Amino acid sequence: MSDHDNAHDFKKHVKRYLFVFYALIVGTVLTVAASWLPIESVAVTVSIALLIACVKGFLVAGYFMHLISEKKMIYGILTATIFFFAGLMYLTIWSMNKHSLIHLQYAQ
Amino acid sequence: MDIPYTVEPRQDTGLFNAKVGIWLFLASEIMLFGALFSAYILLRVGAGHGTWPHGLLNIPLGMTNTIVLIVSSITVVMAWASLKMKNFARFKMFQSITLLCALAFLCIKAYEYHDKFSHYEVNLKVGSTVHLEDGSTVQIKDGDFVDGHLLENDADKIVIHGHVGNKVEAAKVTHAWQERAIKNEEITINKSDIKIRLDNGVPAVGADGKPALDMENYGPRHLTYMSIYFTLTGLHALHVIGGALVIGFLWGPGAAMWKTDPERYTNRIEISGLFWHFVDLVWIFLFPVLYLL
Repeated sequence: MSDHDNAHDFKKHVKRYLFVFYALIVGTVLTVAASWLPIESVAVTVSIALLIACVKGFLVAGYFMHLISEKKMIYGILTATIFFFAGLMYLTIWSMNKHSLIHLQYAQ
Repeated sequence: MDIPYTVEPRQDTGLFNAKVGIWLFLASEIMLFGALFSAYILLRVGAGHGTWPHGLLNIPLGMTNTIVLIVSSITVVMAWASLKMKNFARFKMFQSITLLCALAFLCIKAYEYHDKFSHYEVNLKVGSTVHLEDGSTVQIKDGDFVDGHLLENDADKIVIHGHVGNKVEAAKVTHAWQERAIKNEEITINKSDIKIRLDNGVPAVGADGKPALDMENYGPRHLTYMSIYFTLTGLHALHVIGGALVIGFLWGPGAAMWKTDPERYTNRIEISGLFWHFVDLVWIFLFPVLYLL
């Protein structure tokens, strides 16, 4: 957040923080409520829970951590992190693929 | 010599140095928790059909802890905004709520850990009987076990608040909502009816020299799920403790800087707040993954 923000601007920010707070509480209640639904499909259950968690995560990172309006340097650091994080998750999922090299090696 | 760029931004980054530092640190934290989440995914997908437990954790407590952390996140950001608006008293009030939330979170977590260490799976000899609360008895069949919380542990019997389960039936539970339908009650078991635990096919001996009974609490060694649960939540709890110590220092003795260098102090609060929000962010994903799925 830039230094020229004055007290009036911060009052507006406070309103936004409170809105995010209420949204996070609603998101939490929705996540728990969804877990009570007798949904048979594991994929649907996981998708609903992770979708709500991602929205909540975006609200915390975007507004409480001010990522919505940050400097390029921070975006640069996070872009590199997301690249490696995505790579880590891709390797995890790839290693579970029956056609991956790991499985082919063990199959021999 | 003064430390440079504690308040004024560097020209090349456009940021004060501590902010770049905390984001680099948070980047490494993302990879740390990412590696453990990756381990969780591998363990869960690799688990045999019906072997991954559901509904073991107390959802109202987990939800309470989620709300406690969300409240602490808003108080952290409001505390920082209060300093920006030059209102030190409000800052102190908001950060004291943050510290109380951290304490509440850790107390609830400690209670949950204790709950798991008093939660047992007891494997019984086929043909033996257990006594239920209403005076009736249940004869143990192959694959039956008693699952619940240990209420009494006498020389010749134990009392469990739980239910008689069957390994084949338990394997059909794939959602937490199915587990919740199970009715729990007080069950009395004679110790002579409990199987002897086998270690690599050999009867195990307890610390007292007697044969070890085949009953174990839900500690980290009981299930793969419990080991990843304790690892993830334990590491997270350490972060809560670390964050609370920093926020507590800045709230107490560290607050003297507000009088000498208010802008630098405000920046310190922002940095500690960024770490705290990250701790909240991790929990936002841990809660559904460990409690609900």
